[in-house]
Amino acid sequence: MDFRLTPEQEALKKEFEEFFEQEMKNAPPEMGTGLEAMLSGEGFPFHRQMVRKVAQKGWLVMAWPKEYGGQDAPIINQLIYSDVMGYYRAPGTDIFGVGMLGPTLLAAGNEEQKREHLPPIARGEIMWCQGWSEPNSGSDLASLTTKAVRDGDDYIINGQKIWTSGAQHADWMFMIARTNPEEKRSRGLSFFLLDMKTPGVTVRPLYSMEGSHLFNEVFFDDVRVPARNMVGEENQGGAVTRAMMNFERSNVGQMSTLRRSLEELIEFCKETKWNGKTLAENPFIRHRLAQLAIEIEVGRSLSFRIAWLQEKGGLLLAAHAASAAKVFGSELAQRYAYTGYQIMGLYGQVKRGSKWAPLMGTFESNSQLCMGMNIAAGTSEIQRNLVAWIGLGLPRTI
Amino acid sequence: MDLDFTEEQEMLRTSARDFLTTECPKTLVKELEESEKGYSPELWRKMAELGWMGLAIPEEYGGMGMDFLDLTILIEEMGRNILPGPFFSTVVLGALPILTAGSEEQKKELLPKIAEGEAILTMALTEPTATYEASGIKLKAVAEGDSFVLNGTKLFVENAHIADYIICVTRTKDGASPEDGITLFVVDGGSPGIKCEVVPTIATDKLCEVVFKDVKVPKKNMLGELDKGWPIVARTLEQATMAKCAEMIGGAQAALDMTVDYAKERVQYGRPIGSFQAIQFYLADMWMNVDMGKNIIYEVAWMVSEGLPCTEKVAIAKGWVNEAYKFVTERGVQIHGAIGTTRDHDIPLYFRRAWAADLAFGDTDFQREVVARQLGI
Repeated sequence: MDFRLTPEQEALKKEFEEFFEQEMKNAPPEMGTGLEAMLSGEGFPFHRQMVRKVAQKGWLVMAWPKEYGGQDAPIINQLIYSDVMGYYRAPGTDIFGVGMLGPTLLAAGNEEQKREHLPPIARGEIMWCQGWSEPNSGSDLASLTTKAVRDGDDYIINGQKIWTSGAQHADWMFMIARTNPEEKRSRGLSFFLLDMKTPGVTVRPLYSMEGSHLFNEVFFDDVRVPARNMVGEENQGGAVTRAMMNFERSNVGQMSTLRRSLEELIEFCKETKWNGKTLAENPFIRHRLAQLAIEIEVGRSLSFRIAWLQEKGGLLLAAHAASAAKVFGSELAQRYAYTGYQIMGLYGQVKRGSKWAPLMGTFESNSQLCMGMNIAAGTSEIQRNLVAWIGLGLPRTI
Repeated sequence: MDLDFTEEQEMLRTSARDFLTTECPKTLVKELEESEKGYSPELWRKMAELGWMGLAIPEEYGGMGMDFLDLTILIEEMGRNILPGPFFSTVVLGALPILTAGSEEQKKELLPKIAEGEAILTMALTEPTATYEASGIKLKAVAEGDSFVLNGTKLFVENAHIADYIICVTRTKDGASPEDGITLFVVDGGSPGIKCEVVPTIATDKLCEVVFKDVKVPKKNMLGELDKGWPIVARTLEQATMAKCAEMIGGAQAALDMTVDYAKERVQYGRPIGSFQAIQFYLADMWMNVDMGKNIIYEVAWMVSEGLPCTEKVAIAKGWVNEAYKFVTERGVQIHGAIGTTRDHDIPLYFRRAWAADLAFGDTDFQREVVARQLGI
């Protein structure tokens, strides 16, 4: 056993740190307060220029093969990158294009699709969104009803997607639609690549409870998609989506973001005096901060283990561990937000923009935003089911 | 980076698991709980033949020359199976501080005996003050000719009632800080003036009250230097905490495995209870607690083994595992239902140990305070 990084990895880490430290000096001030900052206001252009910068550095898709713009880098390098990037709370990760569609096309796309779509992602030029959930198909995704009907060289799509993160900015969407109406489950689904500028596509915003615009509804009204934009065979979309899960799922970035945020909260507690004493002197607050530190460090240790397992044997070795990391990460972020909110006392409720908002109102917004993270990308309940089924071999009843 | 155990370490784990499954069934565990000594001399001898007591003792002192990380693998298996007896106190609280601070003469005298299974050791650290902080050490040692004379009471001393040697942590001076003025002595367990009584505890693990009344200890039995013994205790606590974590995670894994098996077998409403989502959620959370505990424990045990600075990490590991072991055994009992609450069942053996182990070398509040200080608050 050896938990140390190699000298080469240490050097790489240092290079990442120097880059992000420098770049984040120019970030809009709200950048560190939560992920909604990446998609709105000044945050979005900053995010886009960061994507292009890290792409130029060759870091955006470092684990991809060289011929499609990557570096064939080991997943540990990706882990180190995500770790540093998370700590600096830097934007610049296109999770849909880089994290999901890339691995899918690499595994299941034909050569033409790879050549057409991978290099623009690698260069950071095209932004993707994911057409997955529908109003009546959330966790039970395979019940979805958006239809794609063959018509000559095209498919005609009708239906609706929902909770589509970032659709308001996306150039393209990868989506699944039902091509066999006789088949109710995943066997009747196909996987499509859709230009968001196609006539008949309408995006409508869904505002989160604290006011940010992350999610959207997307409506399809006789939308024509060329048949060559179908990935895999017709009705094989379910199998294609499974290839998607094999991206770096260690969740290390979230842990390092939380570590940075905790450092900030600790500084606040050291500096802020109430009733003549600093918050940090209050034993209840000390212990709550320490408990967060414990959980963040344990989560980080899990992240390294997952990356190690993925490096050795792909995600099959780590699928339920990745589910555990997801549910632990989102619930820890929630505990962090609630702890911070309570430590702030009456000030916890004040929104960003007011002179009375401590730490730019981060706890006011995150104590609401964190709820969505327990649901997005597989609810906490589904993740626990996956741990029980895959990890513990318990009977699958749904 | 290499996050895997070596082939030799995996073999050590497998052979320890096989041996303990055969040689230390739960019937024996329960029998030993009721016994006065709390261990089986026959089993102790077999363990010595396998070289376990000398696993982490260098070959020149009759051991196998493996390291602390190897030792934690063995201890994890002991926790998994539940092995009653003085292995932990003899090796972790006895051999390791001697290796850390003993003179060549002390090492030559004591370590081969330990390796051969001929000596049982323990460390008398805590007192009725019931803290692991240096400020809790009140037992006095006063120089008198070629000896020191010890007076005071130690409490929660594992296996002192059967110990051949007790490493006693004493106060020899009221120094500038609580850590200043601590001295360690290797005391012969049969010395006149020592009175030992087993305290009945939740895990029946033979924690003793040890009263020292004018106990004479030769000066040459001092371990380390006069008044400067606290760093030895601190290092031992680091090792002992991680060894305890390994023992705990082994127990937590066993309780989880047992409960998963039960949830697959136990049928209610015509189907296994493990098919109900409520039970699956409990078990998923239990698995996460155990698996995440393993990751952090292996990482920190490796750090301790390498001698890297790890005060905060040790506290983090123990803080996590304390809660994880209690959670897993508490849910384990719940999922087993009524039978899980009975004396005859095996799951309460783990439940009771989880509550005892939580307190050993610092409960969660203690660890949080260590972490808080390390965070600069």
